[in-house]
Amino acid sequence: MPLVRGGKIAADAFVHVADDAEMPDDGAILISAARFLGEAEALSRRAGRTGVSWPNDRDVDDLVPWLDRLAVVALVFPNFRDGRAYSQARMLRERHGYRGELRATGQVLRDQFVFMLRAGFDAFEVRKESDAEAFAATVKRYSVFYQPTGDGRITALHRRMQLRHSENAGQ
Amino acid sequence: MYAYDELDRTLINERVSEFRDQVKRRLSGELTEDEFKMLRLQNGVYLQLHAYMFRVAIPYGTLSSEQLRRLAHVARKYDRGYGHFTTRQNIQFNWIKLAELPDALADLADVGIHAMQTSGNNTRNVTSDQWAGVAPGEIEDPRIWSELLRQYTTLHPEFSFLPRKFKFAITASEHDRAAIKVHDIGLRLYKNAAGETGFEVLVGGGLGRTPFIGKTIKQFVHGHDLLSYVEAILRVYNQYGRRDNIYKARIKILVHELGIEKFAREVEEEWLQMRDSALAIDDAVIEDIRSRFTYPAYEQLPHMPDELKKAAHDPHFEAWRKNSTFPHKVPGYAIVVLSLKPVGGPPGDATADQMDAIADLADRYSFGEIRVGHEQNLALPHVARRDLPALWKALDKIGVATPNVNLVSDIIACPGLDYCSLANARSIPIAQELTRRFANHDTANLIGRLHVNISGCINACGHHHVGHIGILGVEKNGEEFYQITVGGRADEKAEVGTLIGPAVPYGEVANVVEDIVEAYLALRARPDELFIDAVKRLGVEPFRERVYATR
Repeated sequence: MPLVRGGKIAADAFVHVADDAEMPDDGAILISAARFLGEAEALSRRAGRTGVSWPNDRDVDDLVPWLDRLAVVALVFPNFRDGRAYSQARMLRERHGYRGELRATGQVLRDQFVFMLRAGFDAFEVRKESDAEAFAATVKRYSVFYQPTGDGRITALHRRMQLRHSENAGQ
Repeated sequence: MYAYDELDRTLINERVSEFRDQVKRRLSGELTEDEFKMLRLQNGVYLQLHAYMFRVAIPYGTLSSEQLRRLAHVARKYDRGYGHFTTRQNIQFNWIKLAELPDALADLADVGIHAMQTSGNNTRNVTSDQWAGVAPGEIEDPRIWSELLRQYTTLHPEFSFLPRKFKFAITASEHDRAAIKVHDIGLRLYKNAAGETGFEVLVGGGLGRTPFIGKTIKQFVHGHDLLSYVEAILRVYNQYGRRDNIYKARIKILVHELGIEKFAREVEEEWLQMRDSALAIDDAVIEDIRSRFTYPAYEQLPHMPDELKKAAHDPHFEAWRKNSTFPHKVPGYAIVVLSLKPVGGPPGDATADQMDAIADLADRYSFGEIRVGHEQNLALPHVARRDLPALWKALDKIGVATPNVNLVSDIIACPGLDYCSLANARSIPIAQELTRRFANHDTANLIGRLHVNISGCINACGHHHVGHIGILGVEKNGEEFYQITVGGRADEKAEVGTLIGPAVPYGEVANVVEDIVEAYLALRARPDELFIDAVKRLGVEPFRERVYATR
């Protein structure tokens, strides 16, 4: 499954470590929420980078104390009709100030890319190779946005106000 | 009318090109039907019994003549020459070909209409009072706020994959014509003691298999806070609404299971953390939206012009005028309702030729504006009273002047088993038969206001729960049966109707309705006691007795 990061297909530096597998001392790992919370104190002192895969039915508040020590938070779309992780992503970015990698996993199709970017995701485990390859073109599809989110894109309402101000200034 | 600007136009064109790509990927097999399903639904495309059905939004029920002509064009070019107006200010086309859909959408986008989010598990078309901006006594035009919500809910990055569909309705009048109490979020605009505009917010109303009347979650939300408060509700729902069972996924079930107090606390807690965010709306933004609504330059005209006095001798004209024209906030003008319920016709259908003719009449008599109501009728909102006789003749000629507005034959019905793959029973032929039974205008007038609603299955698209008489099609051993309720209503006193007894077979439905009406005529306290008031006073028992005594 290709990973898109920084707008391009990239190698995944993070090794997915199963709950019953031995924990490597160094190197970048991605582990489950249950395993992470079970030994969060020890894990956050590891030499390597640590990422956690967070289920979409668990409150992200539980993750907040550890956010500044995490390199990746991977949120889950069990199928693309299940949109809970969009809310989790916005909470992590906009309310809790998480600045690490926010990764979309599960059934990720190109048709969600713009929504995901707007919600704060910056890495994508994409199901289909063709969708991953289409990433750069797909995210340029929209240039107008009605809602303010934490991604910094200016909304239509505010663009109109700016236009109005510049028209007034020119008079 | 709201005028789209370059930004609004750009966005819908971008949406059309995205959908074109999605259709192309589906036709080439790159997308599976399962993947494509959600994407097409979000663009208003259902797969029905015979073909794809295409649902186009008419936000808050306002159309320009140019837009209506374009709908006629779509009906003619891509469909079979007609369209069906729904109970949520949408129009449906029943015979669209998938490969032609992107072109149909592009044709609509030219005049600023679209099909975004007219189905699927997202926020649907924002509906409002079809007389917004012209109803006497209205506090202010609710479409300003409807438009703000339309923009806010369009392609929302967080709420495009909710547990289930989500519907908003807004009213700014004492008499609720938008059925806000049976919506996921209902908004009643009013001014508080300080004279500030805000909303009573209701949540968790809805019909379907588990009907609920919406409950007040907050008595007053200031207009500045409308979007942040709505976002808080949607966020709580997105995270905690049930996704394990499609029949329990609407917000009404979450509100019911948590209780309104606990749900309100969750929302309040969420809202307090973001009410001062970028979602706060300042007055300049509201004024910007308001400035893009244009209003007609009304003339000073007499209330009783000579043309009306002269026409008063024609009983047919008078019957229509008394039934289908309504007071306007400006003296000398009237709101004219166009009945799409001709005797023997399917409720809510209009042909392309009718749509074109109505668009021309709107240009001539109504400042180029048309409205669409949830009762599946159209309205011309700004007609000078002196023009009523001439307009009536023109409307009568094209078959949309049946004087049955709000009467027993002004039936709301879903498409039913004639079109819909979900239906258990037919709706349209039941409605057609009822319009024939009550074709005599004097009889219908004697009966007075009476809303009959018909749904062909438990999903309740015909809003049978809130019909004064509600008819619900069910299937028993492969045969169509119908449950009958009385006492439902969708206005400010919204209530769910009560079942009167066992379901009756298809052939008996019209007889049963006639029996109920006869019982009412015999039992009403005065000629002006409406059916719905008589049911309230008497309960269902006398109607049950009358219907089942001989069955």
